[in-house]
Amino acid sequence: MSKIPGALPARPAGSSLGVSRGLILVAVAAALLAAPFVFYPVMLMKVLCFALFATAVNLLLGYAGLLSFGHAMYFGGAAYVCAYARKELGWTPEASILAGVAFSAVFGLLTGLLSIRRSGIYFAMVTLALGQLFYFLCLQSPATGGEDGIQSVPRGLLFGALDLENNVTLYYFVLAVTGFGMLAAYRAINSPFGQILTAIRENEPRAISLGYRVAWFKALAFTLSAALAGLAGATKVLVFQLASLTDVSAPMSGEVVLMTLVGGMGTVLGPVVGAAIIVSMQNYLADVGEWLIVIQGLIFIATVSLFRRGVVGEIAARLRRGRGT
Amino acid sequence: MTDDFLLETRGLTREFSGFTAVNKVDLRVRRHSIHALIGPNGAGKTTCFNLITKFLQPSSGAILLDGRDITRTKPADVARLGMVRSFQISATFPQLTSLENVEVALQRSLGRSFHFWRSKRTLAPLREQAMTLLDDVGLAFAANRVVADLPYGQKRALELATTLALNPEMLLLDEPTAGMGREDVARTVALIRRISPNRTILMVEHNLSVVADLSDRITVLARGEILAEGAYGAISTDPRVKEAYMGKGEPAHV
Repeated sequence: MSKIPGALPARPAGSSLGVSRGLILVAVAAALLAAPFVFYPVMLMKVLCFALFATAVNLLLGYAGLLSFGHAMYFGGAAYVCAYARKELGWTPEASILAGVAFSAVFGLLTGLLSIRRSGIYFAMVTLALGQLFYFLCLQSPATGGEDGIQSVPRGLLFGALDLENNVTLYYFVLAVTGFGMLAAYRAINSPFGQILTAIRENEPRAISLGYRVAWFKALAFTLSAALAGLAGATKVLVFQLASLTDVSAPMSGEVVLMTLVGGMGTVLGPVVGAAIIVSMQNYLADVGEWLIVIQGLIFIATVSLFRRGVVGEIAARLRRGRGT
Repeated sequence: MTDDFLLETRGLTREFSGFTAVNKVDLRVRRHSIHALIGPNGAGKTTCFNLITKFLQPSSGAILLDGRDITRTKPADVARLGMVRSFQISATFPQLTSLENVEVALQRSLGRSFHFWRSKRTLAPLREQAMTLLDDVGLAFAANRVVADLPYGQKRALELATTLALNPEMLLLDEPTAGMGREDVARTVALIRRISPNRTILMVEHNLSVVADLSDRITVLARGEILAEGAYGAISTDPRVKEAYMGKGEPAHV
């Protein structure tokens, strides 16, 4: 027992590593702050919203091992709630977003409790079915505006002071929201809860045999993921001033899974990279029309057959190999 | 005192579409004893384990733990009542380190397992206890190794450490020494003996010298039914056991 303290090697020391990591962080922060003056802010904000959406999916897929094909429900559902609160009820932007998040969290808990009764492909099918159900509900409901959606949602004043009509101001707000959402996801993954969630993904019967009621852990993971997806969807409404059926459609659910896989599931930065790749493709390849879907399909095939860990996952694996561990 | 049974099954039966894997088993495990469940392959030992720990629902019969009917209890709740099992195939969390594997078991006692807003660093107080448990099974050197990289015998040892982390009153060990080298077997036998005071252990084991070494009482299962029960000496000379275990005509040298 005397060897206990010695058996725990300290973190690989090296102030140089710390310094270079610090430098990278400063560079990234500077790039993010300067970005709206170089790129079109609306596209950047779209990337950020989808990065957050993909982070939500990654929390569920990468860490709980649950593949949902119905996450557009929470993204689009929160978008409708936020747009309605903002436009029809005249709530402030921040209150409208919170309303959207609250809706998604509650809706996520209820649908999550239903879905987690099945696992694997059956879980995915249940989420897909629920998503389709919700889509048709939105199509028929008078509150959502049916085919038209809710258009011309006013952006308004944030905290009664910051004018979000200014794209750069709005960009910084969206950046802050996305940053918060990603930190929240990171914390959840690296929490006592996250450890049990990983354990359940790794070996569910063993986790049960240690006395964990796994259904509740999956339900909480599902709820957190839905809430983050809702945060992304509600924030998106302020950017595009629009909530529409596209947001709740099955292709939307599929697209965000694609982003997560291309970027690298189970990595913190993967969803961001995946969102950036897919969104910029949609923007810059808008001329090719329907062919875009074909190209996305090819990318998906390439990802699952050639670099299954995704862009970030592959790079991280190579760096690890380079370091000789 | 003589009929102080911690675990008792009454007419425990499980049918799989016409095939009866476990048939009217009345098993009684005395408190603070080591009880071995042996029998040829396919005798229903593991099915028994799955039924007792509620990973399978019995077709009929009852299970009592400390006099309490657990026939309808969920498997996670059975573990919470103090009866914890290990698995035949080493059950670990392969992408976590050895230390994290044990911490997963330990952290339930903290009651923070749903705290998604806290840092994992709040689990640090468990570290010393986790290291002690790893040291007990000879795995302190592998504390920070990812379990997927460990050899099979060490995974089994880790599984034992994880089970012991819950400090269970009753342990169900499914072939605790399977796949281990001779040295590891000796260490595991010594460990089981060391933890056995004040605990009740039911184990499935194929290594008969381990069974002879450890068990107070042995139940022999064959074709889903109890064939014989008793101390090792009586069991090893029972002709029915020889026949079931070794096949007809072969010399028994158990």
